[in-house]
Amino acid sequence: MANAPLNYTPVETNDTLQLSGDRIGDRIFLKIEELSGEKVFRCMQCGSCSAGCPMHDRMDIAPNQIWKLLQMGEHEKVKNSESIWACLSCFTCGVRCPKGIDLAKVMEAVRQLLVRKRLDRVDGNKIPKEILEEVPQIALISCLRKQSG
Amino acid sequence: MNKISYYPGCTLSNTAKNFDLSARESMKALGWELDELPRWNCCGTVYSLASDNLINHVAPIRLLVHTQELGRDKLTTLCSMCYHTLKMSNLMVQKDRDKLEKINFFTKDKDAEYKGRVEVLHLLEILKNDIGFANIKEKISRPLKGLKLASYYGCLLTRPKAAAIDDVEMPTIMGDLINSLGAQAVYDPCLTECCGSYHTVMDQEVVADKAERIISSAIKNGAEAIVTSCPLCFFNLDERQKNILEKTGKAYDLPILYFTQLLALGLGLGPEVCKFDLHHIDPRPLLKAKSII
Ligand code: SF4
Ligand code: SF4
Repeated sequence: MANAPLNYTPVETNDTLQLSGDRIGDRIFLKIEELSGEKVFRCMQCGSCSAGCPMHDRMDIAPNQIWKLLQMGEHEKVKNSESIWACLSCFTCGVRCPKGIDLAKVMEAVRQLLVRKRLDRVDGNKIPKEILEEVPQIALISCLRKQSG
Repeated sequence: MNKISYYPGCTLSNTAKNFDLSARESMKALGWELDELPRWNCCGTVYSLASDNLINHVAPIRLLVHTQELGRDKLTTLCSMCYHTLKMSNLMVQKDRDKLEKINFFTKDKDAEYKGRVEVLHLLEILKNDIGFANIKEKISRPLKGLKLASYYGCLLTRPKAAAIDDVEMPTIMGDLINSLGAQAVYDPCLTECCGSYHTVMDQEVVADKAERIISSAIKNGAEAIVTSCPLCFFNLDERQKNILEKTGKAYDLPILYFTQLLALGLGLGPEVCKFDLHHIDPRPLLKAKSII
């Protein structure tokens, strides 16, 4: 670091600095990390996930911002977002993330927090009959699996 | 005749019979029997991503137990969603013996213990690795000359990496098969972009948007039809052209085909095994124009 001031101490990377929900003392944050198996503080905000997301135009919070808000302890905003329901687990973000973390799993964890409290997005009884007759079986099952408890 | 255990899944036994029949008949013509599991259940369609959701893995693991009970060590499937769910659940229990034990404990009254040794294969992998595209090429009696086709992989054949049947970003397996049938594979930059998947149930508009992007890109790149391996991609690209028309007034009329239908035609089988009556956009005019049927 030629231009760094003399007393410069490099900041530890997120990989070695074990930031986690323990530090910020947040039960919901910990639950999201547990359900997803991902370390939220590993995200460095490069934006690759947002660049490749096919559903970005339907999201109110961009994929990279989901990580950022969680890091900031703003999980309520994430829970109330359209983005978690727009995400359809296409895994594009995960295969492109330079830090090897998988947003699909975090999105699923947040959806699970909601549907386990009966805060379903889709009510199977309200799917119109003509849609039920039209769509393939795998569409119906995956829709209900992903968006209801 | 070679035999391999085959899991058709719910959709291929219902709305996607064109995919199922063309696959069974093509494989027969290649000297392989797709031997349907005598007992099977829905795999659950999506691989559960939540770490504590073990119950959702029971259904796919049961299918692997049924395969194991037959004394087989390979199971093949065609639907991208089934493939992905089976493959990922299998990898999960192979990696995490603790979870496998829990699942075995839960199912022990009804099923044998799963030993974790069945290999899940997509039919494209068998065509490429066990039969070989060069051998397929030799068996082609009706080359699909002059047909320009875009391969559409969607999400689940190549993502995540652990389940990918080919390169994650630039898969060529379907294009290579197309070329070996005598047709011409054209490159399409949207080949792995999501079609909107299950949003087709509650939000047809978003799926129409995604489908239009994929279809118009294929056309711009010279494709006369799109080839797929997933009944949900098929539905979203085929049937939702109706919604695109309603929304934008544009009639793309681009036929969508399963790779197995093309294989069947190339092998000289009759169009009846392709069940083209199940398509919204009828591919027959295009196939007739190319003197393929
Ligand atoms: S691609 Fe990975 S590191 Fe980059 S913003 Fe997205 S999650 Fe963070
Ligand atoms: S998995 Fe979800 S967030 Fe990630 S790219 Fe796909 S739709 Fe976007």
